[in-house]
This record gives sequence, structure tokens and C-alpha cells, in this order.
Amino acid sequence: MTTQSIAAPARSRRRPAERRNLPRLRTVVLAGSAYVIGLVFLLPYIEMVITALRPAGEIKDRDYLPHHFDFSNFTNIWSTGLGTNLSVSLEIAVGSTALVLLVAIPAAYYTARRDFRGKKVFLLLVLITQMFQPTAMIVGIYREFLTFNMIDSVWALILVNAGFNMAFAVWILNAYFGAIPKEIEEAAVVDGCSRIGAMFRVIIPLAMPGIVTALIFTFIAAWNEFIVALTLISSLNKQPLTVKTSDYIGQYSTDWQHLFAGSVIATIPVIILFALIEGKVVSGLTSGSVK
Amino acid sequence: MTQTTHAGVRGSAPDPGGAPRRPRRKGGLVRALAPLPWIGPATGLILFVVIWPVIAMFQTSREHYSSLGVLVGSAGWNNFTRLFDEADLGGVVVRTVVWVVAVVGATVLISLGVAQLFNKEFPGRRFARWALIAPWAASVVMTSIIFKWMLDPNNGVVYVLLKQLGLVKNFNTNDTNWLGDPTTAFWCAVFVAVFVSIPFTTYALLAGLQAVPSDVYEAAKLDGANPLRTYWSVTLPLLRPALLVAALINVMNVFNSFPIIWELSGGGPGSQSATTTIFMYQLKQSSIGEAAAMSVVNFGFIIVIVLLFLRASKWNSAED
Repeated sequence: MTTQSIAAPARSRRRPAERRNLPRLRTVVLAGSAYVIGLVFLLPYIEMVITALRPAGEIKDRDYLPHHFDFSNFTNIWSTGLGTNLSVSLEIAVGSTALVLLVAIPAAYYTARRDFRGKKVFLLLVLITQMFQPTAMIVGIYREFLTFNMIDSVWALILVNAGFNMAFAVWILNAYFGAIPKEIEEAAVVDGCSRIGAMFRVIIPLAMPGIVTALIFTFIAAWNEFIVALTLISSLNKQPLTVKTSDYIGQYSTDWQHLFAGSVIATIPVIILFALIEGKVVSGLTSGSVK
Repeated sequence: MTQTTHAGVRGSAPDPGGAPRRPRRKGGLVRALAPLPWIGPATGLILFVVIWPVIAMFQTSREHYSSLGVLVGSAGWNNFTRLFDEADLGGVVVRTVVWVVAVVGATVLISLGVAQLFNKEFPGRRFARWALIAPWAASVVMTSIIFKWMLDPNNGVVYVLLKQLGLVKNFNTNDTNWLGDPTTAFWCAVFVAVFVSIPFTTYALLAGLQAVPSDVYEAAKLDGANPLRTYWSVTLPLLRPALLVAALINVMNVFNSFPIIWELSGGGPGSQSATTTIFMYQLKQSSIGEAAAMSVVNFGFIIVIVLLFLRASKWNSAED
């Protein structure tokens, strides 16, 4: 951001007046190609929305758009009790996000502020965790929760999602906490805050952009998680949206319009949520994993 | 960064508020346990959710299960011998290497271009960036299913377009059955994997680009370097840390990727479009022990990749 605003006036000063036309054409080309790229990345999701709005009779038509849009796919799928699945998805996503923040904030704060024996080991453990994905060890995960009698439990999903997404949160928050000058915290303590009070009143508000980034990343990852939920959950009323909608894929035929109506309900809020923090993503990645 | 602020503060002034309340000398045990309330819960969560399954996976790979999934007894290394005797395994491993190299290579190359473009100022940049975020926010499972639908042999919208262009003659023929043929199905999966990997990679590179100080470019310009030359010898070296981290995260994601190939072709026909991750799931249908053996082998691959990358980046290059 700052680099841009510094660079811009310097560049225009150097450029002679007769070349003023050229940058304008350049901007048009730049913007044009960026819009085309953006559209390409949206196309599958546009197709998803269009299919979700296709009337049942037109689902097999070989055209781009149906003759009219039909919202009954949404009302139909909603009346199958999708609200329950929606709330299961919310429980999982909110639960794992809360758990991640609860354990990652103290860990990130302490590793950013103090030197202690085993700090490198801890950070290495976190780094290694980031490399693992539940997909690769689904056999072990199933077996573990079988041991604890937690098959078909939403809590198991909250734990798994929190465990596999915590590493990223620790890295991002560690960088944010580390960037806050220690003097600010000391000043608060001098003014009569306790250590914990200083953390809540000073440090956490200052690190809010990092916390929000970590929060949304975790929320979205937990919301979209599919394989562990598919493996661990057997009751219909405990299925999150991702598993529920995939039920519309049959072995011999697929109920495409209802599948996509469910997908739209599951996907669009997340895309909007992500778009809201778009500006923070770059700075979050700068100070977090990419350093 | 953390270390320097720390040392500086400690050197200049001893912590005025904390000092009287806390005794100067603590027992070694107390001091060793002091971090526990802070990092204990995080460590516990990692041990319970990540490390335990790893151990359970190793155990399962040494056990013999009946076809109904009942534990019969120890299998020794039988699951591994049976896995290595699988006729498909060689092809699957080779395909996995092609999969990772092709997807990560294409993703990084395309993202370098897209990041360069999206780093420029132009009206509506925000909207273009928003659009790019969609595949990142949406679940990969959903995205894969959409692509499967767009490649439906009867009415896939991709074939509808190709038919109008005259490249596809008839529906429900081999022309429109890309997902039924192992080779084309595999390359369709590569395409989808690149598609879903580009947003994150582009953003990571954008973050790297914004960290490049502008005076570096001014200096290059004064030296008379052309844009291509500037990019090659100024931008790219400075992007190296971001590039390495982005590539490493991509290698992991792509290697572990399950939904894309699974939804598009199921790894089939047979295992002809499967990677090792998919093959593990295929084995899981018939033999849990052998599937666990496959995950242990996968696990080994992951460790090797991490070690190679740690060495390549020399633990985040310039900083340490």
C-alpha cells in the first residue's frame, strides 16, 4: 500500500506529457485482462447458481440458460430439513473457531513475548502440524475416535477441525503479537493494569486484524470440511451441509438441481465472508506464513 | 524480529510492573513449567488430534483385519508386502509425481503472472480480486462436483461450447466422455487442481510483491534495466521466500488432495487415474490394514518433502 502511494507520484513526475495517452491504454489492457481472469474464476460458480435455478424439466437441456428461473429447488431442499444440517455446520465451524482462538492466542502470545526452553520444539511441532491433513490419516482418525467412543459425534469434528487449523492461527498471531512494541504493554502495566488485563485491553485489540484473519480462515476451513465428517458421522441429523448435499449424488443418477441448490446455500455466504476480509488477507499472509 | 525487540527491552530496562510481584529466583521446575498454561492447551490439542492418529495409523498398518473389519490379530509386515505386490502401485506412484509436479508447476507459473497483474493499480481492482477469491472460499468438493457437471457427457456446458465451435460432434460419445478415459480424466483433474490452487498462491505472491521496497525498482530503472530483466534479477529473487512457502504449502495440498480426482473419476477406471492418496481410499474399501500401510508410505513421502524444503529454504533463508 505505502510503497504504491510513494511510487505513483515519482513515476508521473518523470513521465513526459506527450506520453500521457500510453498509460491510459495500458490501464485499459490491464483492467481488461484482470476482469477476464476474475470472470474465469467465477464461471463455475455462476454455472452452479444457474443449475440450481433450472426447472426440473430443463436440467438435461444443452444450453447455457434455462427458459425461466425456478426457485422451487431451494424451497424443496429446504423442506427436507436442511436447516438442521445448516445448524450442524454452524456448530462445527463456530466450535472449532472458538477452540482454535482459545488455544492459539495464549500460545502465540507467549512464544512471541518470552524465551523459554522448548520454544523451538513447540514451533517446529506447529510447523509440522501445518503440513499434515486429515485426508492422509483418515484411518488413524477413525480408529482414535472409535477408541474414545466418539464416532458420530459433532465434538469429534470440532476437535479435528480445530487441531488441523490451529497451526496456521498460531503462525499468523505470533507474527502480529511480535510486531506490537513491548513498551505499549509496559505502559499499560505502569498505569495499573495487571499482565492479563494488559493482554485483554491492549494487546488483543491491537492484534485484532490478525485475529479476524485467523478466525475467518478457521471458520471457512471447518465449514468446508468434508472427508472427516463423511467418515465419522452416520446419523442424518448430524450431517453438516457438505455431507448432506453430497447425498444427492447417487450411484446411478444425480439430482443435480437440488445438489447445486444445497451447494449455493453452503457456498455463497462463505464467499461473501471471505470477500469481506479480502484486504486483510494480503497483510495477514505477509506477516504470517510468508515472512 | 521477535527476538530483537525482546533482547532490546530486556537490555535497557527491567520490567517495572512485573518485577516486584514476581520473585526473582524461581526453582528450576517452576521455571520449566511456567510456559505450560500458555502453550499446554495448544500442545495437547496437537498431540490428541494430530499425533495420536499418526500412531493409530502405524498400529493399524501392522494389524490383520477380516473382510468385515474385525481385528483378527497381528499381521507383521504383511500389509506392506501385499501393498508392494499390488500391480497398480508403480503406475500410481509415477502418476502421483506427475500430478504434484504438473499442478504445482502450472499453479506457480500462472500465479506469478496473475499476482504481477493484480499488484498493478487499475480501476475495479478490488472486484477482480474478489472474483479470484471464490475458488479459495468455496469447498474443493463443491468445485470438483461443479466441474464434473460441466463435463457431463449428455449436456455438460463445456461440450455445449465446444460443439458450437465445431470441436465436438455428438453428445454421449467418446467426444464428450473426457472423464471416462483415464488419461483425459487425469488432465481434467490437473486443470481443476490448478484452478483451485491459484487463488491462495496468487495472494501469497501478492503479499511477497508488496513487501518489495519501491526504491529497488527505482534503482533498477536508473541502471537502465528493461522490465523483463528487472523482473528476472530484482523481483524474482526478492519473491523467493514467498515463492518457497507458497510452493511448499501447494505441494502438501496437492499431494494430499482427495476430492478432485475422487469426484471426477473416482481414480478409475480401476486405479488408472489414481494418486497414492486416492489409491489409499480405494484400498480402504477392501483392506483397512493395506490402506493404513499406504497411509504410512504417504506419511513417509510427506516427511521427505518437508525435509527437502526445509533444506532448500535453509529454514526461511535470509532471516535465521
